[in-house]
Amino acid sequence: MLIYLAIIFNAILVNNIVFSQFLGICPFIGVSRKIDSAAGMGMAVTFVMAVATAVTWLLQHYVLVPLGLVYIQTIAFILVIAVLVQMLEIIMKKSAPGLYAALGVFLPLITTNCAVLGVAIIVANKDFGFIYSIVYAIATALGFTLALLLFAGIRSQLELADVPRPMRGVPVALLTAGILAMAFMGFSGIKIG
Amino acid sequence: MKALHTILSGIWQRNPTFVLILGMCPTLGTTSSAITGMSMGLATMLVLIFSNAAISAIKGIVPDKVRIPAFIVVIASFVTVVQMVMQAWFPALYAALGIFIPLIVVNCILLGRAEAFASKNPVGLSIADGLGTGLGFTLSLTVIGCVREFLGAGTVFGCRIYSADYGSLLFILAPGAFIVLGLLLALFNIITDRK
Repeated sequence: MLIYLAIIFNAILVNNIVFSQFLGICPFIGVSRKIDSAAGMGMAVTFVMAVATAVTWLLQHYVLVPLGLVYIQTIAFILVIAVLVQMLEIIMKKSAPGLYAALGVFLPLITTNCAVLGVAIIVANKDFGFIYSIVYAIATALGFTLALLLFAGIRSQLELADVPRPMRGVPVALLTAGILAMAFMGFSGIKIG
Repeated sequence: MKALHTILSGIWQRNPTFVLILGMCPTLGTTSSAITGMSMGLATMLVLIFSNAAISAIKGIVPDKVRIPAFIVVIASFVTVVQMVMQAWFPALYAALGIFIPLIVVNCILLGRAEAFASKNPVGLSIADGLGTGLGFTLSLTVIGCVREFLGAGTVFGCRIYSADYGSLLFILAPGAFIVLGLLLALFNIITDRK
């Protein structure tokens, strides 16, 4: 049990996917203007990342490795993720319209979210077990959600601030992210398990 | 003439990093030194040139409805080729860039150029566009890498400028990536505003 707690803590705070691994920056800069949409995006990513990691794990261990096809990993994974996102969209539209209304707009964006493919590749390359991989994926996605929410909160305050003209928009957002990343570095000394 | 214009506008007016603000993940993740930033840029440029050429060549055959998945497969194939070439001939560089090489697939610049340019223009011009955009990306990554390496370790491309004791490690670590890119973007805005 402790080992799972350690993964969760590690993936959310110590090795936060946005602030220390630089994955999923595009939605982080693009979507995180309002807290509502940040939460929606975070939930959609968590959902897709968990399912995508499970499917790509099975693909890696039961298809690619036995057949000696590991070199087409990148092509296979991106196709699976693209198909999966489409399928989730169709299934959710029919069976969970409420959830679809909440997450629908974010789903097509997720195919090109490098965090999803990134986690799938990390998990495959590091040879994690099945349960371990899924816990890792969910925790990483929660870390992403946390980063998005924190940033959205700061940015809604930032809109009221009088920022020098050349710094407006993305530059000041990046500087803010830099300071947040510094804060997250504070966790790097902590070890559990 | 048109090809030259396409190349030049990819480097400056449509610079993927500073104007379009695309492909942020490798821009932040691989620029801890000038050499890794430049290599990442060159790897992306290679994929971009080949994928632009291939997509432009098949644009008449691919049905409109499945064009995005088809483009992704083309891009992923070239990424796999680059990945294998780097693994074979530049293993140290491959290890340093790590996960960002396979992640070229999801770099928005590639799909963006495929959709906006290569799927509408002839092969020659698409190659010029790939070269221009790729050079723009490589230059930006090299500049960011130089600044971070200079401030963080006191070297540029491994040549020592001042003693490492005075370097601020922060610029090589994660926060420095965000801060340097933010300041360089602001600087770029000042330069382009003056014109």
